Amino acid sequence: MKDPEYILEMKNISKSFPGVKALDQVDFFVRPGKVHALMGENGAGKSTLMKCVFGMYHPDEGKIIIDGQTISIINPRDALDHGIAMIHQELQSIRTRSAMENIWVGRIPYNQIFGVRWVDDKKLYNDTKALFNDLEISIDPYAKAGTLSSSQCQMLEIARAVSYNAKIIIMDEPTSSLTETETELLFRIIHKLTAKGVAIIYISHKIDEILKISQEVSIMRDGKIIGTWPSDELNTDLIVKRMVGREMNNRFPAKSHQPKESICLEIRHFTSANRHSFQDISFSVRHGEIFGIGGLVGAQRTELVESIFGLRKISNGELLINGNPVLIHSPEDAIQSNMALLTEERRASGIIPRFSVMENVVLTKQTANKAYYKKGLFLDNNKRSADAAHYVQAFSIKTPSIKTEIRYLSGGNQQKTVLARWMLINPEILILDEPTRGIDVGTKFEIYSLMEKMAGEGKTIIMISSEMPELLGMSDRIAVMCEGHLSGILDGPTATDEKVMYLASSYKHEEEVLNK
Amino acid sequence: MKTKNNFSLQYIFINYALYIIMALMILAIGMMSPKFFSLRVLRDILMQSSTRIIVAMGCMYILVSGSADLSGGRTVGLAAVIAGSLAQKSDYYIKFWPNLPEMPLIVPIFAAILIGLIIGLSNGFVTAKLKVPSFLATLSVMMVAYGANQLYCNKAPNNSQPLGGFLKTFSELGTGSFLNIPYIVYIAIFVCIFQFILLTKTCLGREIFACGSNQEAARVSGINVFKIQMVTFALAGACYGLAGCLEAARTGSATSNYGNGYEMDAIASCIVGGCSMTGGVGNVFGVFIGVLIFNIINYGLTFIGLSSYWQWVVKGLIIIVAVSLDMRKYNKEN
Ligand SMILES: Nc1ncnc2c1ncn2[C@@H]1O[C@H](COP(=O)(O)OP(=O)(O)OP(=O)(O)O)[C@@H](O)[C@H]1O
Ligand SMILES: [Mg+2]
Repeated sequence: MKDPEYILEMKNISKSFPGVKALDQVDFFVRPGKVHALMGENGAGKSTLMKCVFGMYHPDEGKIIIDGQTISIINPRDALDHGIAMIHQELQSIRTRSAMENIWVGRIPYNQIFGVRWVDDKKLYNDTKALFNDLEISIDPYAKAGTLSSSQCQMLEIARAVSYNAKIIIMDEPTSSLTETETELLFRIIHKLTAKGVAIIYISHKIDEILKISQEVSIMRDGKIIGTWPSDELNTDLIVKRMVGREMNNRFPAKSHQPKESICLEIRHFTSANRHSFQDISFSVRHGEIFGIGGLVGAQRTELVESIFGLRKISNGELLINGNPVLIHSPEDAIQSNMALLTEERRASGIIPRFSVMENVVLTKQTANKAYYKKGLFLDNNKRSADAAHYVQAFSIKTPSIKTEIRYLSGGNQQKTVLARWMLINPEILILDEPTRGIDVGTKFEIYSLMEKMAGEGKTIIMISSEMPELLGMSDRIAVMCEGHLSGILDGPTATDEKVMYLASSYKHEEEVLNK
Repeated sequence: MKTKNNFSLQYIFINYALYIIMALMILAIGMMSPKFFSLRVLRDILMQSSTRIIVAMGCMYILVSGSADLSGGRTVGLAAVIAGSLAQKSDYYIKFWPNLPEMPLIVPIFAAILIGLIIGLSNGFVTAKLKVPSFLATLSVMMVAYGANQLYCNKAPNNSQPLGGFLKTFSELGTGSFLNIPYIVYIAIFVCIFQFILLTKTCLGREIFACGSNQEAARVSGINVFKIQMVTFALAGACYGLAGCLEAARTGSATSNYGNGYEMDAIASCIVGGCSMTGGVGNVFGVFIGVLIFNIINYGLTFIGLSSYWQWVVKGLIIIVAVSLDMRKYNKEN
């Protein structure tokens, strides 16, 4: 009794965690050879639904039907055997092992001799090479994953999912750490796969991408599927409206702040102690200015702001705040100088997984201002809870309670929690490294409004972003970096896509010209 | 700005710190007492190291797989006593099992490895199935093993006396040699080679590394993490069991206190030899050198007449120097 229409049917799926009903009688159907997009606000239950398909969670009720057959998927191994592969939202690679082992882990090619499975290193390398060639990925198969950039690791994950020859591939926010060129590459890969009849389930918060790549869109809200529509019947406004449940006319808040004349932060001839990183960077940022930093992966933008924040060493250069030279050797110094840095790698340097949401929010304030939460000898828990609760509400962080461990929150909600931590110390200089990665449209707007408000209060904001609309939409000025050099600073209002892209690759061009 | 030359010197120092430390130590001891450079000394050091090497190899499986193991030492002790009790001459005046006949060499060896396996599998079960953190799991299993050992030794007619009166074949295993190299050195080297091959050439080895480095990633790649943890603890247990048997054979005696503290030395040697406490990193040769360093300290300092108290001080310092240099190596990579 085969139903050729759908390759995957999920019927009446429910799943509860302590304090939340993450999935509430969800019906979800996927056709072969099609890209089915899954959208919804942070914490809507998208990842949870997909983890049920991949055997990482077991639904409390409901059934999963693949190729017309009801099956129960016990664990990821089982899912892989049923032809389901998944690119995980929050997974990190196996840092101490090579790229090729990361791809084939769990099914490394071998020769069986005397009952022992001997690794076939040659096949391992050749298969990887062939896969990379096929997918047009340029990563050295021998490179340790720990030495790769986050976008390269993501491409590795993509290659891995493809290499299973699965008939269903789940992609949970595959492009959140990819550049535009890599995203295009991913889309080419997806086209090739769907032509072969592979079904793709594609989760993303980037609406343009969804409209471009998918044939069908399902939208989730609060653990329920609101509906499924063909993509060509949808547009951005409709999707946003159905996702957040109300009209949202603008993606960016109206610009109300005006940069002042006075200079807040200035760096002169900043050069990294690492010779492969940034060189001789100088710029100054005014009070009340939103200063964007654009560039491609490998432009060393993160390294630059981490050095400003004292996380990395510089071999040369000066830092001035309000015209006074300051020495910053550690994040502690930076925080004392009223700086805050929202790091790029939420999992690695943002959240403390086993701390509660409350502990995560008050962490920095509690350390920077020891007296603030003290009540006699002890910590004032009421005050801490009140502060945390305030931000949970202000940023609409979806969590069962502020006592829940942060690792149980959805990716986007973790990001909001870390942002709340920095807002709590009320910094003069706020540095944001990819602030809206993995955040839904509604919340993005809220974060932009917050930036707008802070700039209006005369605070200085530096924002690294790889999302062009965000960079162009929010920045007063945009510094563009290329391979560790500052290749130019553009004026926000007159900057365009092309200008940024030109500068982002221009330093290289000059060098190439020189080499000829 | 640093010059290139400077950079590469630093690079060499950081990357080969272990070997440099060992060379300097040997040199220093040798300068104070030139007789140190002799084949006999080398043979002694190797012989004393061999059981320690086997214990460290067992420990390395665990560290690479991302767990910790505190049960090594007491497992060695239990295995030594069990092997010893099965290898006694029939005319020994307090024979442990008076009614048992003299048994072939294979029996005590086999029994020791078996008890090691059982303890290893218990560690694995408590860690992987009951989800007790490995540090605690192995700590508790270690206590159980030590208690069992004392109960066993206390049995009449032994009444907690040291076991002795081993069969000739059994003592020969621990003290005899072939081509002037002790048997136990061959055995230790065989264990190393076996482990090197297992970890680097087989699929199982790759899976152990993957689990140790990132358990979650390994799990969603379809690796049976439970199985891997059971296997690594079993392999480690087998190593400890073998080491215990050889320790009894080498010293010609066994008490319930045998192996005391070996697990700490093993962990220290592994870390000095380049394993990471967070798992997924380690190589057999490094650990081998790590054990040698500690035994050269032991032997060498006594050789030049320093009191054994100094050995502790030097050992502690060596760990700090070696591991801090190692950390710098990783910082560089990031
Ligand atoms: N292991 C868990 N334990 C407890 N609660 C969980 C667990 N996993 C998910 N949740 C909860 O289930 C809800 C749905 O989470 P899920 O990760 O599916 O959201 P999402 O739609 O993927 O969001 P995002 O866009 O932020 O990734 C959230 O409220 C989250 O806190
Ligand atoms: Mg998610």
